[in-house]
Amino acid sequence: MNKSKTKVKMPELAPEARIQNNDEVTTGYTYEMAQEEARRCLDCKQPKCVEGCPVNVDIRGFIAAIKEDDMLGAYELIQKTNAFPSVCGRVCPQESQCEAKCIVGIRNEPVAIGRLERYVGDWFLEHGTRKTVDVQPKGIKTAVIGSGPVGLSCANDLSKLGYDVTVFEVLHKPGGVLMYGIPSFRLPKDIVMDEIEALKSNGVKFMMNTLIGRTITIEELQKQGFEAIFIGSGAGLPKFMNIKGENSNGVFSANEILTRVNLMCANEDQYDTPVPHLKKVMVVGGGNVAMDAARVTRRMGAEVHIVYRRSLEEMPARLEEIHHAQEEGIIFDVLMNPVEIIPDENYRVKQVVLEKMNLGEPDAEGRRKPIPSGEFVTEDFDCAIIAVGTNPNPLIRQTTDGLETTTWGGIIVDEETMGTSLPSIYAGGDAVSGAATVISALGAGKIAAKAIDEFLTKKHS
Amino acid sequence: MFEIKNKRTLNPQTVLMDIKAPMIANACKAGQFIIFRVDELGERVPLTICDADEEQGTIRIVFQTIGKSTMQLGNMNVGDYILDVVGPLGNPTHFSEGKRVCIVVGGLGSAIGLMSAKELYQQGAQVDIIAGFRTKDIIILEEEMRAYSHELFLCTDDGTSGYHGFVTDKLEELCKERDYGLVLTMGPLPMMKSVADVTRKYEIETIASMNPIMIDGSGMCGGCRLTVDGKVRFACVEGPDFDAHKVDFDELIIRNKFYDDNEKGAKEHYCKLLQEVERREQVQNQS
Repeated sequence: MNKSKTKVKMPELAPEARIQNNDEVTTGYTYEMAQEEARRCLDCKQPKCVEGCPVNVDIRGFIAAIKEDDMLGAYELIQKTNAFPSVCGRVCPQESQCEAKCIVGIRNEPVAIGRLERYVGDWFLEHGTRKTVDVQPKGIKTAVIGSGPVGLSCANDLSKLGYDVTVFEVLHKPGGVLMYGIPSFRLPKDIVMDEIEALKSNGVKFMMNTLIGRTITIEELQKQGFEAIFIGSGAGLPKFMNIKGENSNGVFSANEILTRVNLMCANEDQYDTPVPHLKKVMVVGGGNVAMDAARVTRRMGAEVHIVYRRSLEEMPARLEEIHHAQEEGIIFDVLMNPVEIIPDENYRVKQVVLEKMNLGEPDAEGRRKPIPSGEFVTEDFDCAIIAVGTNPNPLIRQTTDGLETTTWGGIIVDEETMGTSLPSIYAGGDAVSGAATVISALGAGKIAAKAIDEFLTKKHS
Repeated sequence: MFEIKNKRTLNPQTVLMDIKAPMIANACKAGQFIIFRVDELGERVPLTICDADEEQGTIRIVFQTIGKSTMQLGNMNVGDYILDVVGPLGNPTHFSEGKRVCIVVGGLGSAIGLMSAKELYQQGAQVDIIAGFRTKDIIILEEEMRAYSHELFLCTDDGTSGYHGFVTDKLEELCKERDYGLVLTMGPLPMMKSVADVTRKYEIETIASMNPIMIDGSGMCGGCRLTVDGKVRFACVEGPDFDAHKVDFDELIIRNKFYDDNEKGAKEHYCKLLQEVERREQVQNQS
């Protein structure tokens, strides 16, 4: 037993070095560190952490396996409910999920469940060999729309049940937000590609460059013999603020700047996609996407300010991300809200007018509301990145008759099955919930796969 | 991978290609576009679909070899493969039926407007095309435009062929004589802006096909936003056609210039590379 009050520290690249490159910031536990941290786990009889996990990973079990030096056993335990430990260990908000429930965490820092999960996942990537699933093919065609986390999760489960799975993706690379959104210094792209290769080796087919609703519609997929269809098209449509000057050159959605850099590698000379030279960047928003956009542009050599209308305390981004951003020299201008972008004579961003904000009463979610003060300042910037959220992509609902959606465009599902208003059509992830976490998407994909299996089993019996 | 099945040089800066893409050929309608990526290092570039052959499973694109990526594509040949082609993207052009139509195009716009002309012509609509070029030598697709219109009015800025003057001058003339119910316009933004100015006077419904900078073409990046009737719209999922009388052309003209410096650098670099390859080949041939 290790009674240390704090987690074993995660080794990290020094801030001044890492802003010069795109290498992963946290380098991962060593074997010794993992052992030491695993021994902090109390092995609770009724582990609360498992309840805190949206897919109920057997956390107690896998940590016990680490302690017994059985890494393969630990990996297989996680795999039962979560196919992507290397991804989730990195990007899950453990502090508000499993680790928030950890008993050790009542008095001290909770057990570093995420770091241990990542250790196990990475151990397997390095030392393990993937077993192709030995399952009798059912010869039943299923389609998954979108290759982001929810689609990968659903495809993974369906293929393991013996279904013939085809994943359709509009971009030229699979992975969805894992590829275009989350920067490689937080989630190395070879890890994502490795997970996708594993799916391929289990027989999952990936059709790139295919936009469902345009290249082919859901109805046509059904005619082609896809007996169940899962929609995981995400919430990719960026919101803007509707302020004056927002169409000036040098104003980007966070999606655009992240896609240019993460997917198109615009920051590397040999790639053709351009990205402007940025000197002083304003990122609007306080979520993880805002942190990602800020840290990406910081690595491109810019002075970066995060402008957020509430205070640090209300910021929805993970503490770890805020902390990393601060270490990297990103300046936090809190209680500020942009009200106008002023372009220069060439219509490029020159200045931003910011209104100072005060905090009022807590809103329905318990966060204190920002109240405009009527006091304004004007700051010089040559780039503004808007990271104030996204909406579900409208294309599928526009091209699929009878698919019911909410007023804000989310697909309506029965949460028990993820079934939509149309028979044999299921949906999950951000296309249903609006922007949420990778792990909740993985959970939804699993629920849908199970329901699809039940539906198709019944149909064919 | 998408095979180039046919290639034709239309003028020194304009190339036509038929590309094997059966799913796109099957699904596409007039007004829609594709995005291509030549190779692993390439950028994603949008191009309007000019025609499709369902039987052959091919789509037709026409492009000007003026940027690095389009030059690179233009240097590819029949039998070569383009790494990525996605489409059809955007909404098909919506034609209100039974109206006399005038399609006003300039330069490369002649190719962009061709599929609309074909669809309308085959539907039985009365179709006129006004097509403008700088000079006679760079006229493209004349035969095709003639085939899909009742009357084709060629215009050249220097008077070397057809009407001596701008398309807008010809349009103004025709608007006075003919009862157009719909004008479609494709081509350079300043031209489309002038077309809108003419038809506004005559209160003729006018649709412009917009061509902003974009990455994914599926609504994700927001780079293709433009202002229409005071509202921000995404050309990829809400367009690319918009009411020409309500588009803020000046804003889009300036937005489309954002990467000009990057583009110039990339193009120069590519041209130097080509020269270097050529020089080495010459040296090799000599030795």
